[in-house]
Amino acid sequence: MARVLLRNLNKFYDDVHAVKNVNLEIRDKEFVVLVGPSGCGKTTSLRMVAGLESISSGQVLIGDTVVNDLAPMDRDIAMVFQNYALYPHMSVYDNMAFGLKMRKVDRGDIRKRVQEAADILGIQDLLQRKPRQLSGGQRQRVALGRAIVRHPQVFLFDEPLSNLDAKLRVQMRVELKKLHNRLNTTAVYVTHDQVEAMTLGDRVVVMRGGVVQQVGEPLELYNAPVNRFVAGFIGSPAMNFAPARLRDGDGKLHAEASGFGLELPAEIAARLRPHTGHDVIVGVRPEDLQVANGSAPPGLCFDAMVEVVERLGAEILLDLQVGQQTMVASVEPSVTAKHGDKLRFALNPERLHFFDATSEAAI
Amino acid sequence: MIEGAKWRRWVYFYVPLGLFIFWLLFPFYWMLVTSVRPDRELYRPWMAPNYAPFWTAHPTLVHVTDLLTQTLFIRWMANTLFIAIVSTLISLFCGLLAGYALSRLKFPGGGALGTGIFITYLVPQTLLFIPLANIIRNFNLGDTPWALILTYPTFLIPFCTWLLMGYFKAIPRELEECARIDGATRWKAMLYIIFPIAVPGILSAGIFAFTLSWNEFIYALVFLSSAEQKTVSVGVTSELVRGDVFYWGQLMAGALLGSVPVAFIYSFFVEHYVAGLTGSVKG
Repeated sequence: MARVLLRNLNKFYDDVHAVKNVNLEIRDKEFVVLVGPSGCGKTTSLRMVAGLESISSGQVLIGDTVVNDLAPMDRDIAMVFQNYALYPHMSVYDNMAFGLKMRKVDRGDIRKRVQEAADILGIQDLLQRKPRQLSGGQRQRVALGRAIVRHPQVFLFDEPLSNLDAKLRVQMRVELKKLHNRLNTTAVYVTHDQVEAMTLGDRVVVMRGGVVQQVGEPLELYNAPVNRFVAGFIGSPAMNFAPARLRDGDGKLHAEASGFGLELPAEIAARLRPHTGHDVIVGVRPEDLQVANGSAPPGLCFDAMVEVVERLGAEILLDLQVGQQTMVASVEPSVTAKHGDKLRFALNPERLHFFDATSEAAI
Repeated sequence: MIEGAKWRRWVYFYVPLGLFIFWLLFPFYWMLVTSVRPDRELYRPWMAPNYAPFWTAHPTLVHVTDLLTQTLFIRWMANTLFIAIVSTLISLFCGLLAGYALSRLKFPGGGALGTGIFITYLVPQTLLFIPLANIIRNFNLGDTPWALILTYPTFLIPFCTWLLMGYFKAIPRELEECARIDGATRWKAMLYIIFPIAVPGILSAGIFAFTLSWNEFIYALVFLSSAEQKTVSVGVTSELVRGDVFYWGQLMAGALLGSVPVAFIYSFFVEHYVAGLTGSVKG
């Protein structure tokens, strides 16, 4: 049981600055997910924690020990790799026992611990097989088993579900969550899939270009993204963005975008007042765009033309043309709309996001 | 596989395959038939009415028994085997470590070193034997097996290194990283994970190295002088051709018997060896 602390962590590959001054505390027993597009430095950060990548500057602490100069084997961690990295010439049992054998654990003890892990993962019948005789999901379980028999202080996961098909991925995601609840070991998980990040993480770290953008609980990231990147990265379908200009008129603050104008209610206006006259970006989540009924205030409504209708069953996604831009709305399945229809949409002012047009930070 | 009419399969598959096999196996047939033909048939002039070079009605083993009893052939076989095995082992050992280092470790000049090793393999032996002869003489190793055991690795090590380097590169890095997190040192990860997975590659490098040293001619010809030190390739050609007299029957029997060990090794390891060349590692 241990916390993991990254202190001013940097990684340079020749002249590429891959990880920039990352500071992060992963608490004991916490499941933290690093998420971001490829090349954002998430895997490099994880590999520095594992000891597979040298640290250019800064510190990594596991528990209270600075592990910068410790070999991977001395850090008391276990890692699950994207391609499973099962030893192809060993049986499942030997794969799982390898780490314990290397640490000279007593034979009977090894047997007990492997059996225990196999029971947890439901792979008791596969112990004598070779990895090539297993399906993708089974290999994944073996890779997990190899990690948990060691009873490490920290689990590291490097996109462990990326090689599975969509259905299996959802299933394994649930199992991973259950496993974490059961083992209660600190875990650091890297993925590029924001759904995985949101569902698995106690806290999620969004990274881009080697820089941590935001750290927070999943709903915090969803409801209060600190910048346009986080807003667009978290949530599916992605948030709609529309460039707009804030203008003062008749004592009220208006946001004017191509195709629609909003009259902002007083409490939001107070917050945005300092940006009057500036360019901003208005962000609206697809699920916050609803077809207007009579009671919606006219200042928060606008007209849109339906371009494409995607019926998903539980919801309908409408691709809309609003002025110059396209937007996606996720509406109730009861809405009847077809290509070319003109619909009136209402916005919930509390669910609107505003970003500075140049810095892209939330305002 | 060739699809379509039967004649297509014959024209595009069986006939070319048959020609290819004939082309490959004819020398062996020639060796076999010559080694069992009696002398009076062997030395019959080609314009004689009963000249039949591809067949004999009176097979005999006299050339084989002569070869085994009247010459040092068995001694030559033993020499060749010893030299080939020891130089193969030395080359495999060095090639394994060098191939691993060049494919996995990052060190300054690593790429240049890899290329450099390859270039040394390209220097023809017919040039290299001159300076090597000098070295062998300085160390007083002339006319001993060690003259060959120590010079064969000059072309075997680059060869093994390159073959194994390619093979190691095909093994996913994560396997080793995982082993190192699991508690293995780099040495142990190499020993328990990488080498066992690389067995097909190691075997094919070994087979190739063995064959190359078994067949080697020029160094053996230059560095060995006494009859009882010779290897098969040199012994057969130098001791069974005296002046302008060719002991064809014994020559061919020697050639045939000399190729048996190599053929045996190939047939034994053929599957590993193909896997080693195509370099397939499945995680």
